Amino acid sequence: MTPRRQRMVLIGLVVAGVAVSAALALQAFRENVLFFFSPTEIAAGNAPVERGFRLGGMVADGSVARTEGSLTIDFVVTDYAHSIPVSYTGVLPDLFGEGQGVVARGQLNEDGSFTAEEILAKHDENYMPPEVAEALERGRAAGTQ
Amino acid sequence: MGLKRTFHLLGSPPTVYRLAGLLGPWVGIGAVILIAAGTYGGLVLAPPDYLQGDGFRIIYVHVPSAYIGLMAYVLMAVAAAVGFIWHMKIAHAVAVSAAPVGASFTFLALVTGAVWGKPMWGTYWQWADARLVSELVLLFLYLGVMLLRASFDDRDKGDRVSAVLAVVGVVNVPIIHYSVEWWSTLHQGPTIAQLDTPSITMDMLVPLLTMIAGFTLCFAWLILKRVQAEILDRESRARWVEQLVTGASA
Amino acid sequence: MKEFLAMGGYAAYVWTSYGITAFVVALNVWLAQRRYRRALGALRPAGTQAEPVRQPTVRKMT
Repeated sequence: MTPRRQRMVLIGLVVAGVAVSAALALQAFRENVLFFFSPTEIAAGNAPVERGFRLGGMVADGSVARTEGSLTIDFVVTDYAHSIPVSYTGVLPDLFGEGQGVVARGQLNEDGSFTAEEILAKHDENYMPPEVAEALERGRAAGTQ
Repeated sequence: MGLKRTFHLLGSPPTVYRLAGLLGPWVGIGAVILIAAGTYGGLVLAPPDYLQGDGFRIIYVHVPSAYIGLMAYVLMAVAAAVGFIWHMKIAHAVAVSAAPVGASFTFLALVTGAVWGKPMWGTYWQWADARLVSELVLLFLYLGVMLLRASFDDRDKGDRVSAVLAVVGVVNVPIIHYSVEWWSTLHQGPTIAQLDTPSITMDMLVPLLTMIAGFTLCFAWLILKRVQAEILDRESRARWVEQLVTGASA
Repeated sequence: MKEFLAMGGYAAYVWTSYGITAFVVALNVWLAQRRYRRALGALRPAGTQAEPVRQPTVRKMT
């Protein structure tokens, strides 16, 4: 083997070794790499419910209920298969709203409801002008009638 | 044999130096024009987003910065591997040049991302988000490669040792790219992963692509300039450099 | 113009992002140019250079 060949094999082996270790580590700590868990994962018992965790999904349409005179808000997080009621007291991000993505950090209660300490908004990768969004919305409404 | 000949020409310091000197001004002019057009398009021509309003315009500096940060790393790793395996000094010169530039654009991607995240997501930073943390690791890899190289007095040794770290760190590149698909993250999925089906309307996409092209040319200009400087440093005793200097000062 | 600068209420975020980007890009250009000028300056024959000559380690390029 020429020295050049040796260097090629050496660097190839080192990269392969690091890649395999990284893959194994990420697989082993998968639960910690996930930013949030969906209601379905929680229902299946895959979420670390014994400690605090993040619940992610969509804010169900028509579920937001504000308590007057306070910053307390109740809503339902759904992934359209399972749903979890959430209650939260505090400031909300601009993009929070019904039909929008949300990530809530907090604790699962005995009764299956979730008490959030922090609410973050999650949006998707789609960008469009308001007119296009309205047209899409009209199209969707017409399609479901 | 065309490929082999190109490879040899790219290994010739005077050829690369002169080629970089010839290309530089044109690349620079292109960068200025495209970035100016992209900025105007992004801030003025593009419509506001239906959800984020004018706040979404941060995309026109965030995405190109993130793209250059990743692209520069791949370039650095490939150049470092070529330099390591074939003992090609020009390749090491490219790897040295790509590191600080790539680090600065990665820093920009992190900062503009944080500034964008605050109003939209409600947070500047989340330590548990795989996309955010892997991007931070990218910045640390750049800094690690630069520090490691600087810690050797002997340039050859610095080149070779830092090349290994640069090449190994390339494992992080697919992790950054696929983090939003492999795991649940706060960061959304890619908007223009496939060019034929982008998740963004044409009037918003054109300024973004213009900006990405402009940043790419800007990056190319910076690398050409820095590679020229590296060649001068490394070849300072060569006859052609002497001629260059006496010719220029006469 | 006022409306443009206000960025629909996101002025602070949008202009901060564009400002930092402009600064870092300009800094990159300046640093690259300085790097090149210094490399060139280090080569000038004694007596003609403004800065002291740095003695770079020299190796034959292959």
